[in-house]
Formats: sequence, structure tokens, C-alpha cells
Amino acid sequence: MSGKPRLTYLNGRGRMEPVRWLLAAAGVEFEEIFLETREQYEKLIKDGVLMFQQVPMVEIDGMKMVQTRAILSYIAGKYNLYGNDLKEKALIDMYVEGITDLMQMILMFPFSSPEAKEKNIDSIKERATNRYFPVFEKVLKQHGQDFLMGNKFSWADVQLIEAILAVEEKIPAVLLGFPQLQAFKKRMSNMPTIKKFLQPGSPRKPPPDECYVETVLKVFKK
Amino acid sequence: MAGKPKLHYTKGRGKMESIRWLLAAAGVEFEEEFIETKEDLEKLCNDGVLMFQQVPMVEIDGMKMVQTRAILSYIAAKYNLYGKDLKERAWIDMYVEGTTDLMGMIMYLPFQPADTKEKNLALIIERATNRYFPVYEKALKAHGHDYLVGNKLSWADIHLLEAILMAEECKPDILSAFPLLQAFKGRISNVPTIKKFLQPGSQRKPPTDEKFIAVVRKIFNI
Repeated sequence: MSGKPRLTYLNGRGRMEPVRWLLAAAGVEFEEIFLETREQYEKLIKDGVLMFQQVPMVEIDGMKMVQTRAILSYIAGKYNLYGNDLKEKALIDMYVEGITDLMQMILMFPFSSPEAKEKNIDSIKERATNRYFPVFEKVLKQHGQDFLMGNKFSWADVQLIEAILAVEEKIPAVLLGFPQLQAFKKRMSNMPTIKKFLQPGSPRKPPPDECYVETVLKVFKK
Repeated sequence: MAGKPKLHYTKGRGKMESIRWLLAAAGVEFEEEFIETKEDLEKLCNDGVLMFQQVPMVEIDGMKMVQTRAILSYIAAKYNLYGKDLKERAWIDMYVEGTTDLMGMIMYLPFQPADTKEKNLALIIERATNRYFPVYEKALKAHGHDYLVGNKLSWADIHLLEAILMAEECKPDILSAFPLLQAFKGRISNVPTIKKFLQPGSQRKPPTDEKFIAVVRKIFNI
């Protein structure tokens, strides 16, 4: 009846990438529709399938879901990646929101001016090493278990491994002062569903390039 | 044991206002500790009580919660304002993300360069009228119920009322094309806990003025 979830977005990471990660980590196969032209986007708006005229949009379980956080929360809840009770959910939410703030810097980076780019890399490095990574390093050190929530895999782990790899693409030695996170990265990368997602040919998208930036500006130009 | 939730923030709306609204609507009394100087904020950071060195921070049920969305989600679920199942929660999340985007634009308006204010205000009004309010008007029309989701008061309704009132502060007749939202505004404003919050002397904060902006800039170095 409902079939596989269907993702509508550009053929690039952007705001949809965390959704691809989470579905993949949960072992859920999905389909994708790629927006390549402004006309396609305008048609979607005209057809009334984008609640706030925006993508990401994910067709799942009879709903046309929009708003990245709403989509991710639903998937996490559905596939048991959201903790066992309200307090665990609260902790996962806090972790995820922090990581999202860091990822937002990475998301916006390709769209910054050439002059600002070096300063932005420095900002990303500063935030990652002083604000965000220390929190998760400490959590893992304190309980000594495999996952952020202890012995149970959750959405927070998926979000964190995605962020670590994204930051490393810009700052290769960023995990230097974080032995727990280095071990975490290895462990997560070896989980079967994630390992599969990290292999060539998976739905994982490459880092944004000039061509991607051009497509974004073309499709969403105001 | 548990005691009242305690909110740590400046004495203005900012990112904490939605939390004040939700607690008030849920009939939950809360305490507030106001950050008045940069030193106040530094002390909180040095005490290690701010997970990502940021406020809002809410002490609730033995947790020091940070990240606005995480805090709001927790409160909504705890006080039964988050729908009855995963799908209702998904709808509430989508609606709330929309009103969050709209209120975010309004919140940042006073911090933008003076020469862009007029243009940004026009954009807010355009988005409210063409992107956001039509969605909620249509939702209410489609099911004819008093509330947005599940025929029951939820976080989505409380958040929408807050957004309506904020938008009206930008343009008093902004609801002129939305008869159902006008009725909605009347109904939800009359919910006893919300009515109380809307009266003078409550913990609701006034719109931000120039003088307060200067204080905020100093505290957060922005």
C-alpha cells in the first residue's frame, strides 16, 4: 500500500542529507525525485504538495511531510531510534539540536563569498572543537558505552557520525583531541546499515560543488 | 521534590517566549532567573550548566534542558499537548516548524541593519499572508474543528496563537483575509490558562524595544 518513502529534493546533500542518513541507518529503502529546474519546483508548488512551498518533502505513510525536523522526528519515532521514554527523547533532542546547529554552518558554507570562506572554516573548526565535540566526547567517556544514549543506538548517533564526517571533509584533523569520538566514528562506520550507506553507489550524496550551488540558486532564485 | 520549572534567559521574549507560552497554556507555574549582564551569562557557562554554552536553559524534572525545540517537545509531551500518536505528532511538528520559521523572522527583525528593516518587514508580511497563514486557515476549514490537530488543544494551536499575535504587532489587520484564523484567535485566547497569560501582570514579555536590543547585544556579543 504505502510502499517505500519517496524523497523530493535536489540531487545533493542540503537539508535532505540527514533524512537519507537516518532512513539508511534504519535499514529503510527509499526512492528519490530530484529537482533540476525551476519549472519542476513551480509545478510542485502549483500542485499544492509542498505545505509551505518548500522542500525537503518526503512522502511516507500516506503523508506528504515537510520540515526537516518533523520528518526526522517521525522516522526516528517510527523506527525506534528515539529512546525509551520522554527523558531519553529529551536528551536525544538536545544532542540532535546541537549537532544541527553545527551542520547548519556546513550547510551554508558553499553559499558564502570566496572572501568569507576561510573565516567560515575557522568558525566551523572553533565551534566543533570548543562547543560541540567536547560535549559528546564527555558523554561517551562518562558511560563508556558504544552509543550516545548508552547501550542503545539512536537518532543522535546517526546525526553525530554524519556531522563528524562532514566536518572532517573540511578539517581533516578535527578529531585529533577526541579519542572517544575517533573510536565512535569507527564503530558507527562499521554498523552494517551505515557501512552500506558509506559505500559507493549508495544514496549518499557527494559534498556540494559549484554545480550544486548553481542548481540551488537556479531552482530557488527569488 | 520536582518543584517548578526554572527558566534562565534575558528579561525579553527571544527564544524563551514560546516556552513561557507553552508552560502557561499547560497551567504550569514557573520561575525565572534573568540574565542581565554579560557576567551573568559567563557565570552560567563557567558553572557548566549550559550544554552548548547557550540559553534558553530550563531546569525541569532534574534536567538542565537546552535547545528550544527540545525543551518545547518535552513540555508538550509531558502535558499531553502533542497528539495521541506518531502521526498526530508529525502534523503538530510540521505546523510548529512553520510558525517557528515565521516567528524567527519577526524575532530577528530588530537585529537587522536599519536600512534593511523596511524590506524585511515587507517580507514578513508577505510570508505570513502568502505562505503561512493560508496553511492554517485551510487546515481549520478542511476539518471544521476548533483545533488544528486531533480535535484537541495541542502545542500547534498555542504556537499559532503566539505567531498570530506577533504578526499582528507587525501589521494589525494581518488576519483580514483569514476569517477562520480570526475565530481561532478568539477561541484560543479564551482558553482559561491562555486568557490568564494574556492579562497584564503575567510572565508574558513585551515586544522588544531599542533599549533592550542594546542590552541583548552586549550580553551575547552580537
